[in-house]
Amino acid sequence: MAEAAETLDYASTGFVIICASLVLLMTTPGLALFYGGLTRAKSVLNMMMMSFGAMGVVGVVYILWGYSMSFGTENLGVIANPFQKFGLAHMEPIYNSFGYEGYGNIPELAFVAFQLTFAVITVALISGAVADRVKFSTWLVFAPIWVTFAYFPIAHMVWGGGILGAAGNSISGVLFGATDGAADVAPIDFAGGTVVHINAGMAGLVLALVVGTRVGFGKIPMRPHNVPLVMIGAGLLWFGWFGFNAGSELAPDGTAALVWVNTTAATCAAMIGWLLVEKLRDGHATSVGAASGVVAGLVAITPACGALSPVGSIILGVVAGGLSALAVGLKYRFGFDDSLDVVGVHLVAGLWGTIGAGLLATSTGLFYGGGIRQTIVQVIVALATVVISGVVTLVIALALKATMGWRVSEDVEVSGIDQDEHAESAYELATRGGRIGGASVPAPARTNVSDQSHDLEGAK
Amino acid sequence: MKLVTAIIKPHQLDEVKEALEAFGIQGMTVSEAQGYGRQRGHSEVYRGAEYTVDFVPKTRLEVLVDDMDASSVVDVVLKAAQTGRIGDGKVWVTAVEDVARVRTGERGVEAI
Repeated sequence: MAEAAETLDYASTGFVIICASLVLLMTTPGLALFYGGLTRAKSVLNMMMMSFGAMGVVGVVYILWGYSMSFGTENLGVIANPFQKFGLAHMEPIYNSFGYEGYGNIPELAFVAFQLTFAVITVALISGAVADRVKFSTWLVFAPIWVTFAYFPIAHMVWGGGILGAAGNSISGVLFGATDGAADVAPIDFAGGTVVHINAGMAGLVLALVVGTRVGFGKIPMRPHNVPLVMIGAGLLWFGWFGFNAGSELAPDGTAALVWVNTTAATCAAMIGWLLVEKLRDGHATSVGAASGVVAGLVAITPACGALSPVGSIILGVVAGGLSALAVGLKYRFGFDDSLDVVGVHLVAGLWGTIGAGLLATSTGLFYGGGIRQTIVQVIVALATVVISGVVTLVIALALKATMGWRVSEDVEVSGIDQDEHAESAYELATRGGRIGGASVPAPARTNVSDQSHDLEGAK
Repeated sequence: MKLVTAIIKPHQLDEVKEALEAFGIQGMTVSEAQGYGRQRGHSEVYRGAEYTVDFVPKTRLEVLVDDMDASSVVDVVLKAAQTGRIGDGKVWVTAVEDVARVRTGERGVEAI
């Protein structure tokens, strides 16, 4: 919190609120459509509900203690005091987290709104690793516990003044020195390569291992049931991601413009990179590949988008697309069922983007004559995130396995999780006859109607 | 009476239907079918994982005909359905013991 003028900057305030709304669009419907299209027809509703469910639970938890734990000013080491701003108490009317001169004054509530959406999508991202087979109740219990013990602490460590951030007493500051309470070689994570993507990717890997493979994994085809949904979802993710990345500047200035361009440059290049690998390896450039390349590029540029040149972003992107296209095959080799490639896309591209930022940053990057120190710092924060996220997720996942249990029964999984968990099916592809009843419908009178209803029964 | 069953390429259906109408056939039953012959299936790739699809979508067309017409109807279908490429399908004829029209109760040839 810097000393700032007493007036709000309305341009920045509007910018942040709109960007927060864009990030919300990424989860619902963007990610829900992307993941929903990638699953089989019998489990699309459950897949989309995991995103919606994450939104519901995490939105509430963030307001109660999440924001205070991540960005409260009472630093307790790995977290800030959850009770200091519990329920969004003591909000500052004017908040200027980067201490901009003459602009950037926003209400603290606008910053809360923006950060809330990040917590929501991080949890929703994890769901892709355990598609088709997880109890919805267990998922809804996992979400608040995981954000509390994995997301909020890491957000605090990276962005809230903790040990993975830019403060003088952070790991980087201790390692390479600090001036005036700020690390000389500050870690670069502009919009959440560590906090969001490495974190979610690692959690996805752990969950996939703890929960186990789907019935028939690697033997029976589990094809995406609706590729146009995947394309729409990826497009909405891209659109919302401008809020995610450019919004992280918290002001509509030159850096925000650079971030927008870099985000586009890397994403376009990553799509091409992925398609090139596919064409060479499989003989076809595919639609799902294009959509996945887009996401891989967005993930990789997320940490780096404020520190690279547009050309550097193209390089970062094309490598991200190629790497992720190669990485999605790993699950078959190692036998873990990361159903929708949270590891292959988010963990791999997140690691590459975070470390690549150390190579390609125009000010301190290795390839720009900045020496090796930035890259070392980037590797440290990336690996620290991997370890913290992995250990915390493992403990939570095993605890839930022992208590509630993760998986639906094999019968339910084979016949389709939507029907059993939600009592719904996504598509009515054939008339199946039957009768109507339930809580809100009065029982049909026992009249001659029942004679006619025979026409409907058993029609198959 | 005979039942002529034809498994054909879906996009040949209109041509076969028109040819049968021109021949004088007044009704037919059409359904979606899946299967394979010597053509086998095809493969698709999703994120590098190749899925072999064994069954190819086809259209099944069934026509009830008088004994005398069966052979001609087969010829009509053959001519209209043939593209000369692999996967054109098959046509076969089965004997039918009895037919009844639901609306009127007519039986046998009258019901065709």
